[in-house]
Amino acid sequence: MLEAKSLSCVREDRLLFEGLSLKVKPGQIIQVEGPNGVGKTSLFRLLVGLMTPYHGQVLWQGVPISDDRETYQQNLLYLGHQSGVKPELSALENLRFYQKMFEPSYQGDLYSVLAQVGLAGLEDMPAAQLSAGQQRRVALARLWISTAPLWILDEPFTAIDKNGVKVLEQLFVKHAQDQGMILLTTHQDLNLPVADFSKLAMIKPSLEDMYVGVGAD
Amino acid sequence: MINAFYQVMRRELLTAFRRIADVFNPLWFFIIVITLFPLGVGPEPQLLLRIAPGIIWVAALLASLLSLERLFKDDFSDGGLEQLMLSPYPLSLLVTAKIIAHWLLTGLPIILISPLIAVLLSLDFNTYWAVLFTLLIGTPILSFIGAIGVALTVGLRKGGVILSLIMLPLCIPVLIFSTMAIDAANFGQSYIGALAIMGAMLVTAITLAPFAVAASLRVSVS
Repeated sequence: MLEAKSLSCVREDRLLFEGLSLKVKPGQIIQVEGPNGVGKTSLFRLLVGLMTPYHGQVLWQGVPISDDRETYQQNLLYLGHQSGVKPELSALENLRFYQKMFEPSYQGDLYSVLAQVGLAGLEDMPAAQLSAGQQRRVALARLWISTAPLWILDEPFTAIDKNGVKVLEQLFVKHAQDQGMILLTTHQDLNLPVADFSKLAMIKPSLEDMYVGVGAD
Repeated sequence: MINAFYQVMRRELLTAFRRIADVFNPLWFFIIVITLFPLGVGPEPQLLLRIAPGIIWVAALLASLLSLERLFKDDFSDGGLEQLMLSPYPLSLLVTAKIIAHWLLTGLPIILISPLIAVLLSLDFNTYWAVLFTLLIGTPILSFIGAIGVALTVGLRKGGVILSLIMLPLCIPVLIFSTMAIDAANFGQSYIGALAIMGAMLVTAITLAPFAVAASLRVSVS
């Protein structure tokens, strides 16, 4: 279970949000919604531990993630805006690297995984020659081999076509049924027949709340 | 853990070989800077022999500076760095793999063409050995120290100038001891002492720099 306790995020002396608490339980999918610049990406970066919160803490199975980074990261798959796909390497080489790093015990066939994300026949082409959507699919292919229970996905559907979104939705449903947890942001309306699908709406703080005074704690 | 180290190194080398021009550019730079000196100060062997250690090492320092920026820049902009940070392995181990791969691509080529340099600067055989040994011990130190500077500046838009301001002063000890060793060899004296001190610097750099790099990267990414 992932838990965030009264998180506050300050960037460049500007308060993005404060007192944000949330819990993600196995089998749950949470879609984080909100206007641009409200701090969705910052929230995710706090949750995965790339940023440290101004106030509050993030707990994985009751333990602060900064205390046991290793265990947390073994259970986590995070995909950010930049997907970590090397343009010089082929789709297969990119996927194989992440498989060896994150899922060393995976035994399946990576070609069939790439076929599932619609990249059949393009496995050996340098990622630089693929379209934006196809490059995104290379990164998303990691979801198919992942055994991590917690997925934190920042705009996973960027540049993905309607059909691809459908395939991904099915995967999300399956992951939730397997007691996985998903946190995602997207501006699309999702069609997820999962019992435990909820939305977290973030709103902009009022102007007077936005600026943190100098010396304030 | 060894596997993760190997995977990161393999990916680094593979990416570099797909863009082979980036590997050769610092090397051309190194050769051109060194050939400019005989043209500029005149070809007298005595004079060249006198200034050779300085030329070789300043050129090596600038060449490594030129190539260092690439070390984390691409990973930073394509999100690969975040993924390395979130992998279940210690970041300091993975950056060590990256730094060693970087040395194989920039330090090692310089060592491989050093016989050519010896001819250009009319070095005698004993001096050439000293040049070879100092490069062998010294260039990895440059890569490890430079990596700290790159890690600190990777998030900045114009990090290149700051990188050189951070890195060059830190490299002065390497410069002093390597030119000292080459000078000693020039006069036919023993230069083991200077090499031993450089060896100590290398060991210190290898053991401590990865932790500093990992910590700096975490600051740069957040």
